[in-house]
Amino acid sequence: MSTQSQDVEQLIKREYKYGFSTDIDQEILPPGLNEDVVRAISAKKNEPEFMLKWRLEAYRHWLTMREPSWAHVHYPKIDYQSISYYAAPKPKDDAPKSLDEVDPKLLETYEKLGIPLHERARLAGVAVDAVFDSVSVTTTFKEKLAEAGVIFCSFSDAVRDHPELVEKHLGTVVPSGDNYFAALNAAVFSDGSFVYVPKGVRCPMELSTYFRINAMNTGQFERTLIIAEEGSHVSYLEGCTAPQRDENQLHAAVVELIALDDAEIKYSTVQNWYPGDEEGKGGIYNFVTKRGECRGRNSKISWTQVEAGSAITWKYPSCVLIGDNSVGEFYSVAVGNNMQQIDSGTKMVHVGKNTRSTIISKGISAGRANNAYRGLVKVVGGAEGARNYTQCDSLLLGDRCGAHTYPYIEAKNPTAQIEHEATTSKIGDDQIFYLKQRGISEEDAVNMIVNGFCKEVFGELPMEFAVEAQALLAVSLEGAVG
Amino acid sequence: MLKINDLHARVENGTPILKGIDLEVKPGEVHAIMGPNGSGKSTLCQVLGGRDGYEVTSGTVEYLGEDLFELEPEERARAGMLLGFQYPVEIPGVKNIYLLKEAYNAQRKHRGEPEADTFQFLKLVREKLQMMEMDESFLHRAVNVGFSGGEKKRNEILQMLVLEPKLALLDETDSGLDIDALKVVSEGVNKLRAADRAIVLVTHYQRLLSHIEPDFVHVLSDGRIIKSGDKTLAHELERSGYHGIIGEAA
Repeated sequence: MSTQSQDVEQLIKREYKYGFSTDIDQEILPPGLNEDVVRAISAKKNEPEFMLKWRLEAYRHWLTMREPSWAHVHYPKIDYQSISYYAAPKPKDDAPKSLDEVDPKLLETYEKLGIPLHERARLAGVAVDAVFDSVSVTTTFKEKLAEAGVIFCSFSDAVRDHPELVEKHLGTVVPSGDNYFAALNAAVFSDGSFVYVPKGVRCPMELSTYFRINAMNTGQFERTLIIAEEGSHVSYLEGCTAPQRDENQLHAAVVELIALDDAEIKYSTVQNWYPGDEEGKGGIYNFVTKRGECRGRNSKISWTQVEAGSAITWKYPSCVLIGDNSVGEFYSVAVGNNMQQIDSGTKMVHVGKNTRSTIISKGISAGRANNAYRGLVKVVGGAEGARNYTQCDSLLLGDRCGAHTYPYIEAKNPTAQIEHEATTSKIGDDQIFYLKQRGISEEDAVNMIVNGFCKEVFGELPMEFAVEAQALLAVSLEGAVG
Repeated sequence: MLKINDLHARVENGTPILKGIDLEVKPGEVHAIMGPNGSGKSTLCQVLGGRDGYEVTSGTVEYLGEDLFELEPEERARAGMLLGFQYPVEIPGVKNIYLLKEAYNAQRKHRGEPEADTFQFLKLVREKLQMMEMDESFLHRAVNVGFSGGEKKRNEILQMLVLEPKLALLDETDSGLDIDALKVVSEGVNKLRAADRAIVLVTHYQRLLSHIEPDFVHVLSDGRIIKSGDKTLAHELERSGYHGIIGEAA
């Protein structure tokens, strides 16, 4: 067995292939946070009065709040005055009107990331919005989507072109004072994506946003708002990477989803922010609030996430099931290697009658990583016939990592049915030997076992991304077992 | 094909288990290695298979003219040496057909051949399934998960039939089988018999050998082969028990 642990050490070496940074002219606000900074961000974006008011309220509220400390993660105190809250590639006069006007260096960056923005080279059938540090660079396929009546644009464009929709829905799912990081986001968020799918429309393609942090010492605070009107359907995917730097960088995003009667939103994330080095130096603090409201009858919101990066992940994509017969789903693979810390899970709040939720969480820990699942299933008094099924599995690679499960259940209705299953297992030497003895290399054997473990979640991802997720997992765990 | 010369081995930092094994296996031959519990049968299989946690203290093993211990377990498998497990391992979420295909292609790649065509491969696997009286649904079940003892052993032989090893080492393949399953498994092994292939059966009981007729029988006791003979030795064992033979040799 001693050979086994040596191999584990060996395998725990991985390289982050998105660690390059782009040398580009940037407009950066000096570090620090005060009302003037909030005003400056709003002014830079030419925002209407209601936005500035909303931001300032959020900022003032944030000043009264304390950073949460209940999560199973440890990090030095963040100095919020040392972070720059706005960084943007220097515009050539105005925002680019078409891809031809986008700085070629930016396009090159996205090419390197495997996200070609040129429509001729695009991923077939996937519309992409790319967010570089604080601003959205370009949104492809805008016209084609417009034909179907779908609005898919950067948040800034939405504020400019559809202020009524933004004003009506912004902050209705995640209020500006919801929690410490959500309040910070509301005050200083600089861009993000906006999706509006009108009544009865099935969005003709996958929508995707690609987030990239490039500048040093900046935070990325993006905000996504998706509204699915009655009977509509949309599938959305976000991907994230960042350069390799020794300092920690803060990423505090907010995502709000709204599904009306018979509407369905499928939201998938492949998160691969820079996780820091083997010793835990550098990496992104990923403190994210994601919540969806199934407001209408028979509506459905499904979260699928593959969380492979970040030094610290603090994230609980949740569903509030208000409409009768509405459905919430959460499928998650969270991989931690080296010194990564993950505290992630979901909240399913059952309000309407016969609401159903499913939680499938797969946590993988390697190296000295700590991986916690934290989930709440809440059934309010009026939620007759609510049902939940939770399955929470942990896989350990090596003997220096940790897996933790914190399930919370609050049921106020006697008809509720709640099931919880949890397992913890280790990749066995015997499993690896068995596969090797069938001619399969050690690394392929580990990948095969890990992929088998995550199968139910990968099955929920759109095809192309399932392949990407498998590849990402292989890279993340490169060197993690032996 | 396989030449074991004065092999000594132990569990890492433990007491010696194999204390000087000599054995030569040639293509086309079927050897049975029999012995009581604790005689070193499983250790011999694990050491030949290349499992971590065992230490070879002296002696040599040549496989197809190469030093076996220079090869990683996966290289041994790709070079045609397959070990049938006494306790086949469960791999949740990984379909049987997927494992079969990966293993099959690993061998092809090793031989410099292109990957198998999916359609052709499925046809091949279906033939072998029939031989093992296994339903096609087996292919889509996770490897050994929820399989009965008999199903696991059939699955091992199915893998052998698909992978067509040059040297098949079967570690207590008969243990835990009822008489019907024993028959199917034995027939599977008999189908593996070929002029260019060697089979080594490691077993505790003689009953397997009434279905698969070995060319040679060896009795293992306390880490050494104390007696070798033809199939009649197995019958002798049946009559007098290990005790009789070991006593006589000592």
